[in-house]
Amino acid sequence: MSTAVNGLLGTKLGMTQIWDENNRVVPVTVVKAGPCVVTQVRTPEQDGYSAVQMGYGQIDPRKVNKPMAGHFAKAGVTPRRHLVEVRTDEATEVTLGQEFDVTLFEPGAKVDVTGTTKGKGYAGVMKRHGFSGLRASHGVQRKHRSPGSIGGCATPGRVFKGLRMAGRMGGERQTTMNLTVERVDAENGVLLIRGAIPGSDGSVVFVRNARKGAQ
Amino acid sequence: MAVGDLWRLQRRVPMRKLDFVDEASLRSDLPDFRPGDTVKVHVKVTEGTRSRIQVFQGVVLARAGDGLRETFTVRKVSFGTGVERRFPLHSPIIDKIEVVSRGDVRRAKLYYLRERRGKAAKIREKRETS
Repeated sequence: MSTAVNGLLGTKLGMTQIWDENNRVVPVTVVKAGPCVVTQVRTPEQDGYSAVQMGYGQIDPRKVNKPMAGHFAKAGVTPRRHLVEVRTDEATEVTLGQEFDVTLFEPGAKVDVTGTTKGKGYAGVMKRHGFSGLRASHGVQRKHRSPGSIGGCATPGRVFKGLRMAGRMGGERQTTMNLTVERVDAENGVLLIRGAIPGSDGSVVFVRNARKGAQ
Repeated sequence: MAVGDLWRLQRRVPMRKLDFVDEASLRSDLPDFRPGDTVKVHVKVTEGTRSRIQVFQGVVLARAGDGLRETFTVRKVSFGTGVERRFPLHSPIIDKIEVVSRGDVRRAKLYYLRERRGKAAKIREKRETS
């Protein structure tokens, strides 16, 4: 097992439950992680920084455009659908075409999971920012979910930039940190991660060792 | 065939994608029982380091959920007080389930038993017709 790479791309399969050693129910998200194949090694001499680029997922070779096909051919691997770069100081330990799978992680390890959240469409301030809205009665008419005042009058005479209002919600990149890996199933290539992670079932997520927090 | 069916066939995605994860936790040693049945649930109770078996006997009020998440509710009347306990069907704390008697009931959820006392709360036993 190499320590040069500490993250994997994967697919969120969905949530279920398992029982721990105290016979308590643990809610888990099943992530099919890896295998990720090394497609490029970035070195300070050539790229100005040290990192490992990895590919994940199947793709029809006819759908790969010529520049990307050349990139994969250079690495000597079949084209993959998704690419990710992991910054690491030990990039030289990794060889092109090397594969990483879920054995990178151990049960009990803390991980951060990055994904794209579910799109909520055009959402009001109560849903989007957790505003309280207006009262249900006492004279409030047809404004129960509205934000209320958005600023002063002649001073400042405008609405401040960045004021939280209604708008598009979700569908953005989010990282959920310090989740526990409950089980690692190397046979099926899945990780069972305690709790929820961003995104809908079937979406691509990036699982990496936790960067912050107590170990 | 509806348009949706065709689309689903073409995708060839299993309906229950997590069965391969769940099957490790599923139990196959449980008897077949239904709401209205009287069962004895042998529950593993851990006190400190010691572990023993406690029996909870009562009427099955309901079974809810399916797959690994399925639960069932057992109601008994203890010293005049109704006690209900809901168990996850596949929970490892259940040592075993014994079916004491089969009940003859017409609903899947027997919550109406909560409002009944004494003889009115009695369930007729199912007569085997085989």
